Amino acid sequence: MSVEQAPETLNLRSEVADAAAHDGLWHAWKTAFRRELIMAFRHKGELANPLIFFLMVVVFLPLGIGTEKAVLSQLAPGMIWVIALLATLLSLDGLFRSDFDDGSLEQLLLSPQPLAALVLTKILAHWLVTGIPLVLLTPLLGLMLYLPVEGYFPMMLSLLIGTGSLSLIGSIGAALTVGLRKGGLILSLVVMPLYIPVLIFGASAVNEAVQGFAIGGQLAILGAMMLMALITAPFAVAGALRIGVSGS
Amino acid sequence: MLQLRQFTCVRDDEPLFIPFDTTIEAGDIVQIAGPNGAGKTTLLRSLCGLYDSYEGECDWQGTAIRRSREAFLSQLLYFGHHPGVKKSLTARENLEWFAGIKGVNSTFDVDAVLALVGLAGYADIPCQQMSAGQHRRVGLARLYFDPSPLWILDEPFTAIDRQGVARLESLLESHAQKGGIVILTTHQPLSLEGYRTINLEKYEEGGYVS
Repeated sequence: MSVEQAPETLNLRSEVADAAAHDGLWHAWKTAFRRELIMAFRHKGELANPLIFFLMVVVFLPLGIGTEKAVLSQLAPGMIWVIALLATLLSLDGLFRSDFDDGSLEQLLLSPQPLAALVLTKILAHWLVTGIPLVLLTPLLGLMLYLPVEGYFPMMLSLLIGTGSLSLIGSIGAALTVGLRKGGLILSLVVMPLYIPVLIFGASAVNEAVQGFAIGGQLAILGAMMLMALITAPFAVAGALRIGVSGS
Repeated sequence: MLQLRQFTCVRDDEPLFIPFDTTIEAGDIVQIAGPNGAGKTTLLRSLCGLYDSYEGECDWQGTAIRRSREAFLSQLLYFGHHPGVKKSLTARENLEWFAGIKGVNSTFDVDAVLALVGLAGYADIPCQQMSAGQHRRVGLARLYFDPSPLWILDEPFTAIDRQGVARLESLLESHAQKGGIVILTTHQPLSLEGYRTINLEKYEEGGYVS
């Protein structure tokens, strides 16, 4: 066979697939995203893990440091942010692990569609099933920690934007450690320094709001960090996954 | 046409086997043979671009696969050691995902495809509840709807019963007759017509023989 042979002659179709036609990136993206959501809801235990952690720490906190209203309401903004960050970190380890173990990560890498777009479905699903429930749980936890009333809306808003960054940044760490059996600790070490700015601006937004200052600046920076992560993280994840799979 | 020139895989700076040349034409079935640890799986993974520590050239239709990755991937079907079938999903959901990320329109008849691999009526059962062989059959069902000409199959017969193996062999034959390429590893004797073997242990005069 010569090199010039038209690819059409090689584009075989079996009987069953006669009607099948090639479809674009959007179709691939939708299919991949739907699969992530279905899987998330089939593993309800994993879904509840970070939330239960979140709830448990907040229940134990007053028991440990006393139920004095002044102390707790002072600590609440920072505490809720730190716990939300740790809860996200807890849920990251498994982000690519099961796909790596059963070979579906290889298949994802071999898709003709851009890998960065496909991994974005996993990150987005992760945010939807861990970040959003954390945000929705916040009012309850704020109540338990005497969070001042002015703090509720800024807390939810800053967490809404911030957990997006946490999922995006964390997925880079999860991708880098995908080939390691015990990657949990290294994952935390890789991701922690990158989480610090998000934590600082997130917690400060709530603190400032409680003291009656404007928080537009903090929210703008949180938003900028989230957009920056949204643009860069999928490509970093794609690169890291290629290296991880290649090394196995 | 897949062309390898002075091709070898490298692990820890050591080549896994002696560099060799070969040309795999449309219609060929090539078995990669050799003992455990000879580098069969690594060779297959390198051909797919999943393992990039290799030396030499690997061209698909005259272009290096490193340079035309997207075009190459849309013509490739890789069935790996782990078939990529998600246990918590049903057979139907798994196949729709395979079709979706590959760019095959998922309007194909999932039940008909599953019937072809002997899983009629299993479409909506989670793969968790299936046996090892059935689990792999779900992965192999891709061979019936994926239009890619180049099939790279790593141990496709593992855990498949004798009847299933016979059916799979005839599928490989018909794929080759239609101008496709099959590259596979297996430790079972093949009862196929006209396949050739690259045995990574027997190197003679610039190439591997069976």
